[in-house]
Amino acid sequence: MADHKIDPNNWINLYSDYLFNYTISRVSDREMAQDLVSETFLAGLKSMANFKGEASERTWLISILKRKIIDYYRKINSNKGKAEVRMSYNSDTEAEGDWLEERVADPFDKTAEDKIENSELGDAIYDCMGKLPEKQAEVFKMKTILGYDTETICNELEITASNLWVIIHRARTALADCMEKNWF
Amino acid sequence: MKKSLLFISCEEAQHICDKRQYGEATGWERVKLGIRLSWCRITQAYVNRNNKLTEVIQKADVDCLNNDERSKLKQQFEEELAKHQ
Repeated sequence: MADHKIDPNNWINLYSDYLFNYTISRVSDREMAQDLVSETFLAGLKSMANFKGEASERTWLISILKRKIIDYYRKINSNKGKAEVRMSYNSDTEAEGDWLEERVADPFDKTAEDKIENSELGDAIYDCMGKLPEKQAEVFKMKTILGYDTETICNELEITASNLWVIIHRARTALADCMEKNWF
Repeated sequence: MKKSLLFISCEEAQHICDKRQYGEATGWERVKLGIRLSWCRITQAYVNRNNKLTEVIQKADVDCLNNDERSKLKQQFEEELAKHQ
């Protein structure tokens, strides 16, 4: 069933931040993350004909991005990749019987779990931000995520400081409501 | 000391609480918020939720493109998009 439509004209506005956050939490290199997001959009454009409308545009773009990230790790054969291999092929026979405790205590596992939880949390925040009116999302993003000071945002968006705080208040209230339903 | 200097409305308390999330509340504002917080349950609930939201955002360590990065991405994409339309 084809429920979803594709419209690349809105991709940058709707999905660039979400895809970037998804990528940066996985590759930890800002420039590389931008390149991967850019490549994802371009690959999406080229394969638009393959979009069946069964999943949302965002899900479809994420599936392209995931392949790009895997390709990136394959290319660089990174330390991260080696750590995963180390975990997969841990076969210390002398420690037989202790394997479960050892693995539970493994710092690599802990970090991986935290990272997964944090990236899921990041996805939930972006889901909720996606439900905000455009202006609220923009002001919230500039103030909270990019950490711009009040004056810079006011100058850039041509709003007063009181306007900014009203927008921030509404955005935070809506986000807290949304996160309460989905995460807290 | 005038009563209005110390006692603030719930809306003002929420406004100060929002500013405090970004380290922009003055010492005096924090004192006023503290007084309101000591007895107003609505303010207490708002502050708890707001603090929790800040905590969650910090924990998630969310990131996004800054304006220059976004413009660059947009320009590259629009050039390519024009070829497809």
